[in-house]
Amino acid sequence: MGLKIDLQPMVGMEGGLIRFGSEHALKLDSGAQLHGLEIAYRTYGELNADKSNAVLICHALTLDQHVASVHPVTGKPGWWSQFVGPGRPLDPARHFIICSNVVGGCMGTSGPSSIDPRTGQVFGLTFPMITIADMVRAQAMLVEALGIETLFAVVGGSMGGMQVLQWAADYPDRLFSAVCIGAAARHSAQNIAFHEVGRQAIMADPEWRGGDYTREGVRPEKGLAVARMAAHITYLSEAALQRKFGREMQRDGLSWGFDADFQVESYLRHQGASFVDRFDANSYLYITRAMDYFDLAAAHGGVLAEAFRRARDVRFCVLSFTSDWLYPTAESRAIVRALNAAGCRASFVEIETDKGHDAFLLDEPVMKAALNGFIEAAAQSRGLV
Amino acid sequence: MTTTREDFLEILRLVRPGSRVLDIGCGEGALLEMLAREKNVDGRGLEISPDGVSACLARGLAVVQGDADRDLADYPTRAFDYAILSQTLQTVREPRRVLSELLRIAERAVVSLPNFGYWRVRLGLLATGRMPMTGSLAEPWWSTPNIHLCTLRDFTALCDELEVRIEDSAALADGRKARRMDPARGIENWRAEHAIFLLSRPGAATAAARPIGDLFA
Repeated sequence: MGLKIDLQPMVGMEGGLIRFGSEHALKLDSGAQLHGLEIAYRTYGELNADKSNAVLICHALTLDQHVASVHPVTGKPGWWSQFVGPGRPLDPARHFIICSNVVGGCMGTSGPSSIDPRTGQVFGLTFPMITIADMVRAQAMLVEALGIETLFAVVGGSMGGMQVLQWAADYPDRLFSAVCIGAAARHSAQNIAFHEVGRQAIMADPEWRGGDYTREGVRPEKGLAVARMAAHITYLSEAALQRKFGREMQRDGLSWGFDADFQVESYLRHQGASFVDRFDANSYLYITRAMDYFDLAAAHGGVLAEAFRRARDVRFCVLSFTSDWLYPTAESRAIVRALNAAGCRASFVEIETDKGHDAFLLDEPVMKAALNGFIEAAAQSRGLV
Repeated sequence: MTTTREDFLEILRLVRPGSRVLDIGCGEGALLEMLAREKNVDGRGLEISPDGVSACLARGLAVVQGDADRDLADYPTRAFDYAILSQTLQTVREPRRVLSELLRIAERAVVSLPNFGYWRVRLGLLATGRMPMTGSLAEPWWSTPNIHLCTLRDFTALCDELEVRIEDSAALADGRKARRMDPARGIENWRAEHAIFLLSRPGAATAAARPIGDLFA
């Protein structure tokens, strides 16, 4: 369809940075437009001749496009290496795997830390408000620019799962199958409440400077770290925290002060401190807001099934975790109920684990078996085997 | 499962090609797969065990983890042509409600169950004074999943009470061909080890309009 784009391959990497001309502004739900959209993405494997093997992975809140390769900032392995790689459910030998940094992110895609092409200044809070649907719209532009009409699968956990649902609602004829893991079709009051704690922590940091910290040469690291600490607790189950730390101390005896006496405190402090090295505070504000605004049913007359009405030919796999209290199984069941009501091909498994929400990032054998079975069977139907 | 269960063959015989089928308690999906292959049905499953669901996923089947007692309410009315409950009714907490749900979700229900009125069962209880264990009721009372066993007469009485029409029925026994029967006859309550029923709601216009064919011929 002749999108005018500018591809900047990153040296030694598959993928790169795609820049859309100003005639291809991203139309946002808020009514605003984002000009000069840039999307940073990674790919693994090769697109086959009939372009039928493309898989889009949608990442969660603080993750990025480095799904199965070493992270350029932290040096850690890709966040979903358990599931993406040779012999894994998503295999570069068979699939062309794409993962892009979401709009509003801070790993190369346009976000509040990017330069506003109109002013030459960092956006900061002048960056427009974004939604999950806006993220998906940008992904659809990327997928189209890569010459792919129909994705074999769209896969994601947590916020990635929300994007998967949005894909099914907005582009049902551009995907063959959809995998939604540990997600929800809307943010609950509790979800919004936790996010608000995080945002307030960031905005209460004097170094936030009304969002203008970059220009002033500072960073609200303390606020962002506290936001991460609070959020991190919601990613784990009580049982997992107890098993990992219990009341274990950092050293013998109490400090009789406010040092990190307990190992769990030290762990959280470390989580917070290392997070600020790889994440931007304003991005955290924008993306958590996008998640809070997410309510797929609301955009369809309050009836979730209506969102999936056009997705009857899509194969859905919905997975949840018994100990996930952030997006509990009831949320996934509500999705499945709506898929059934819409007459979609839905499968659902609740995975028994005590690892909480973060289980979607871990090597859970039951989850791997379910995902593998689903992808294999879908690949057969798609004629990929 | 090495051999195809006789009730599966019966179900396969009676389901209309290309119909929409919900298999409740679909296990590892053997019946659904057979129905998709042989009858080109648009099949869905409901299965309680995650391992069963995973096995179904690997077969390319659309199966939801859930339980008949709780999750049938999630399905819209008349979403299916057939709801199949194979050897499961006697394991649910509320068989009466489940039976009603089947005929809300689907135009017809196919239900198979062991007959507690079967002569070996009666004789076993009479002779030993202990809970009968037969080929189809193989587990001791303390580990059996069968918490709501009934006789053929019990079942037909429940159908009468719920105003459910028994369109057809057959007696089943391991390793033998299905035998069409009239479940109202007292002798069948002695003879049938298992029974399979095709049920519908009387007055359902669509049910009357469509030919049933030779279901248990």
